[in-house]
Order: sequence, then C-alpha cells, then structure tokens
Amino acid sequence: MIELQNVTKAYREGRAAVRDLTLSIAEREFAVLIGPSGSGKSTTLSLINRLIEATSGSISVDGQPINSIDSVDLRRRIGFVFQAIGLFPHLTVAENIAITPRLLGWSKTKRENRVFELLDLVRLESSRYARRFPRELSGGEQQRIGVARALAASPKLMLMDEPFGALDPLVRDELGADYRAIHDRLGLTTVLVTHDMTEALLLADRIFVMRNGALVQSGTPRELLSSPADEFVRSLIETPRRRAERLAEALRFGSTA
Amino acid sequence: MSDSAFAAAFAVLPDYLGQHVLLSLSALLLGVLISLPLAIVCARTPLLRGSALGVANTIQTVPSLALLALFYPLLLGFSAFTTNAFGFAIRALGFLPALLALTLYSMLPVLRNTITGLVGLDHAVKTAARAVGMTPWQSLMIVELPLAAPVIMAGIRIAAVWVIGTATLSTPVGQTSLGNYIFTGLQTENWIFVLFGCVAAGLLAIVIDRLLALAESGFALRSRVRVWSALAGVLIVVAASLYPLFGTARGLVVIGAKNFEEQYILSSAIGDRLQRAGIASTRRIDLGSSVIFRALAAGDVDVYVDYSGTIWANEMHRTDAPGRAAVLAQMAQWLKDKHGIRDLGPLGFENAYVLAMRRDRANALGIRTLSDLAPYAPRLKIGGDYEFFSRPEWASVAKTYGLHFAVQRSYQPTFLYRAVNDGDVDVISAFSSDGRIAEYNLRLLGDPKSALPPYDAVLLLSPKRAHDAKLIAALKPLVGRIDLAAMQRANLMVDRDKRTPEEVAHWLDRKIRR
Repeated sequence: MIELQNVTKAYREGRAAVRDLTLSIAEREFAVLIGPSGSGKSTTLSLINRLIEATSGSISVDGQPINSIDSVDLRRRIGFVFQAIGLFPHLTVAENIAITPRLLGWSKTKRENRVFELLDLVRLESSRYARRFPRELSGGEQQRIGVARALAASPKLMLMDEPFGALDPLVRDELGADYRAIHDRLGLTTVLVTHDMTEALLLADRIFVMRNGALVQSGTPRELLSSPADEFVRSLIETPRRRAERLAEALRFGSTA
Repeated sequence: MSDSAFAAAFAVLPDYLGQHVLLSLSALLLGVLISLPLAIVCARTPLLRGSALGVANTIQTVPSLALLALFYPLLLGFSAFTTNAFGFAIRALGFLPALLALTLYSMLPVLRNTITGLVGLDHAVKTAARAVGMTPWQSLMIVELPLAAPVIMAGIRIAAVWVIGTATLSTPVGQTSLGNYIFTGLQTENWIFVLFGCVAAGLLAIVIDRLLALAESGFALRSRVRVWSALAGVLIVVAASLYPLFGTARGLVVIGAKNFEEQYILSSAIGDRLQRAGIASTRRIDLGSSVIFRALAAGDVDVYVDYSGTIWANEMHRTDAPGRAAVLAQMAQWLKDKHGIRDLGPLGFENAYVLAMRRDRANALGIRTLSDLAPYAPRLKIGGDYEFFSRPEWASVAKTYGLHFAVQRSYQPTFLYRAVNDGDVDVISAFSSDGRIAEYNLRLLGDPKSALPPYDAVLLLSPKRAHDAKLIAALKPLVGRIDLAAMQRANLMVDRDKRTPEEVAHWLDRKIRR
C-alpha cells in the first residue's frame, strides 16, 4: 500500500528530519510510527500526502509514485487527522465533515447523507451535532468530528498525527478503541504517529520505531517485545510493562494500608 | 440672519452631500479593490509585505491636503501627455485628483488589517485546509478570508471614516464636497456654514461607521442577518445621498470661483442668470488663481471672472504698464490666440491689488505712496493673501520701490483686514473693491511708478463654450453693469453684514436688471 524508498527530508540548515528511510506498509495494516520528539515520525507522515515534499528518495501509494499525482488530488484521496484537530471554526459540524466531498463536487443530498452516516460511525447523534459549531463541542467530540471529516470522501488510507495526544486519558482510550473498530470495519490502511507506547501496543498491527530520522526497528508488538533490536527499543517497549508493574504495586500497598 | 444661513445651508445640502458620498464611496471601493488583492499577495510573500506597508505608511504621513494638491499638477502633466499622444485631455481638476488622493489614503488600514488578519490565522486551520485537499485559492476563499473577515472589516471601517473626513479637503481641487461649507464659511466668517459642514461630515462618518461596525460584528458572530442589514443600511444611505445627483445631467456649465467673497458672489450671480436662461450649471469654488485659469483653458471650468492685471502679470508675464485700455485689448487678443478663451468684456469695476495701511499709522509716518513706504519698510510687517508673495506683481512692486519688510505673513483674505486693524501687521495686500477698506478706514498707498497693472474684472469663457450663443446671450448683460460702488457694497454685505454670497448675488442681480 505504502512504499518509502531511501527517503530523505533535509532542511536548508542542513539538518535532516528524515534520513534514508525505507519502509513498506501493507494494505489494511494498522501501522504505528513511534519515537521520541524529533525522531522524524510526523515528518514521515506529512511526506506521504505531500504536505511536505521529500528532498530525495521515492514514495508510492497504491503502487503509484506520489510525485506523479497532483498533490491536491492526492490529499483528497487520503484522510488526515491531527493533534491540533484543525476544524474550521466558521463552519458547522456538518459543513466541516462534508468539506472534501464538497471539493470533489458531490451533490448536496449525497453530502448530507454522508454526514449522517459518518456521525453514526463516530458515535455522535447526528440530529444533535450536525448544525453546531466546533467551539460548542468538547475536545473528544471535536476529534470525533476530525476523524469523520478525514473519512468523508471514503479514503482507503488514513494518516493520523498524534490524534488523541491532547485528549484526557479516558477519552483517549475510548476514541482509540472506537477508531480501531472503524479501521477494521472499513478495511482501511492506517498510519498513526504517537509517542505513547501503550497506545501503540494496543492499536498496532505493526510498530515502526524511529530515532533521529531513521528507522530503528519494525515488527508486530509481539516481535518487538520478544526481540528488541537494541537497548533503546527495549526500554521504549518495556515502559508500559514497568508502569503496569509499578501501578500494581502501588495498588497492592494502597489496599493494605 | 441665522435663519437664512440655515436655509442657504440646507438648500445646497443635496448637492454637497451627494458629491461627498459619491467621492468617498468611489475612493473607498477603489482603495479596497486595490488593497485587498495586494494584501493577499503580501500575506503570502513576507518580502513584499514590508515594502508595501512601508509605502502605505509613507503615504499616510503626507498631509492629506498636500496629497490632494499634489494630484492636480500630476494630472495636468498627464493630461498634456494624453493630449499629445492620444488627442484627448483628462480632467485634472475636480473628481479625479480627489478620487486618486483619497484612494491612496484609504489603502493603509485595509492593507494592514488584511495582512494582519491573514497572517495571524491559526496555523492548524491553514494546515487542515491543505490536508483536506484545498487548492491555495480554495483555502483563501473558503477558510482564510472568511476567518479574517472581522479584522478586514475593521480596516475597511477605519478607511471609511478617514475618507469621509478627508473628503472635506477636496474643495480646493475643485471637487464639491461637504468641505464647501467649511471653506466658504471660513472665508465669509459664516460660522453657521462651518458648523453645518462639520456636523454633516461628522454625522455621515458616524452613520457609516456604525453600519460597518454592525457588519464587522456580523462577520465575527457569523450572523448573516447582521451582515445583510448593515449592507442594506449602507445601500440606503448611499442611494438616498446620490439620488439628487441623478437629476443633474452631464454637460452642465461649470462656473468657477476663486477663494474670496467677491468671487462667490459673482459666481452665484452668474448661476442666477444662467438659471433664468434655462441653462443648468454647477459651481466649483475656492480655486487658486493659476489653478482656475488652467482649468478654464482645459475646459474643466466654463466661465469665471478674472482680473486683467492677474492675467497680464501671471499668465502673459508682462511687466510693462501700457495703460488700462491697452492692457484689456492686448489681453483679450492673447487669450483668444493662445488659449482660445473668449473674453466677454469688463464687468465695469476694477479690483486691484493695492497695499493698504491703517490711516492713523500712515499719517503718523507721513506715508501716502509706495515711495514713501520704502524707507520705513525694514521696520514694518506686511501681510498678504496666500498667493500674493509668490505672484509677479509683488516681485515687481518690491523691486520697483526697493521694499524689504521685517516680517512677511500670509492670511486668509478675510483675516487680512482684521490683522492690519489689530496691528498684527502694518501693511497688507488689499483688494480695491473690498468694502472693508472703508469699513476699517484704511489708506490705499499710491503707485506713482505704475509697478502694478490695472485689474479690470473680466468675464471669461472656456474654449469649448467660446461660441455658445445661448450662454453668451445669458451672460452678456453682465458686461459693463457692475460699478465699483455696487461691488464694494455687495462685498461688505457679506463681510460685515454676514449675508450669504447667494443672497447678495440675488441683490446684485436685481440691481443689474433695473
């Protein structure tokens, strides 16, 4: 589905955000890019829909080199969700969701039907939400709309840049689980960026660990847990377990106290 | 007196207000049409942003009156160019220079606010616009401009208030506006007129400002009702103001007037005669001597009263004094040959430039003529109207008699007489037909060496009206019918009795017809 071949993104100052990156993501796969800040994971995501142009190397989506596709057409075919959500504050929920279909010239009826479908899909009651403005919604509700907007033109590929990072933990878990269900139901290919290993382990089919703009290791959660490539990956992947153990301990002492 | 002044003020309101609104609206629309696209380009090109804002800021520092004044010579030069190159002239006086100056003036707030509005947008929203697949144009139209609209609208609002206020200054470049009240009122010390002009311009600015504020809040709250009602309100104000203008046809006879009472009265009297003859006319007042002459030659003004000596010295650049009749004859010939201007003849009085002093002061120093004045001049102060010291007549007088004054000051013609009476200055440049010479008991200083030419009032027609038989028939009866006593009395009725020039023109007109 997605192929990156020796991709480099260098900035004018000479610093490379992504260095000689080669990876491939299969169709219907839920891929998670993880790494500390500055590891190049968000840049990688933006390279795929040409929000950022690569300095060298080649990227293809669905077998087509993305440079051969008009960047605007490409983006209309790919859903994108970000941490800052970025809903258009002057448009209603329905208008926000229907934006890409509108750009694609869908009829009004078709757009309206699609909005209702999508509100159902992200589990928001359409009659209550369609006419409201983003500022009237909670953070979690806003990001559900963000997901619905990204899905509106029925893309096969979803790019998600720390989509749940700014939400409170309860909402984050719920939304993560809900999205994973949508991913499976619609047969999507998803690339999600996060720095939260728990989230990665819970959602991913395959995890790509990045550091300093390069890929360190990729594999299923199980593979990474059983044979981490180096100390960095080991400490990263063991964070959730360590936290779980400390949590269990705290609970144990707490209950005896 | 005050009732009639109010009546006179209201009588011209439709014309002044209509012209004012037409000018302000055109300048604002043109300003927005230029600034908005420019600002959009600037918002995306940081390099351009600095220079565009710099230029707009610099324009803003030019005093508004100077900016208006600047466009007259510029357009005059451009008109000469188009005449040579394409065979048509453009109007250098009136609407065009005022429009261009005000347009420039309106640009800064729109430019600045649009750039601020667009640059200050939430980065996430702009990225989202790209990510959902908008082209740069779609992002601008669907997301960026609507979100920046309240800030842009605030800029347009500031520009509108500035333009409406500054438009009052377009009177001296020959564009009728609410400023006519202020300039005329200042000249004739008709404070009701001045106040009327201020209040009218102020009210117009407040009404437009409130309506645009409503539109601004409509954009901010995304309330279509507010935006549309504001727009409807502006449309109603504009339509109501412009309605009276539609009645007036093109091809009106334009009567010019310089910036003093006698000219207001005479132009109004000419208007009265034309009206009776069924000829529609409009007036351009408060024009400078050179400006009005060039405007006549170019056809921007069709008829006005000038003085033989003014043309003799300023336009023909003559310094000799062949006598009154010879000056008139040579001037008429020169006007016809050089500019195609028709001289209908002298009105019957002279309004000469003379130097005048308070009688008691002149007696004390024993001064009767300019020759007597010369030895005292280095200890005395002289006041002149705005034009006087830059005119060749002054150069000629100063040279002939060797006059060098200690201090030289310029005044509005009206305030000159008061200045000499109050002792602010010792000598003034006076007009011989001014009633206040007698009123303030001034002595006119003799000119034994004939340094000053004669100044017979003459009625001049523009080249394109030179053979307009109907117009000539209507104006001809004025020739030779206004004597010095009548003109002095008429001037005094405005200066001292505070009658409006229009009223006095009626009086003069009746007197002529008897």
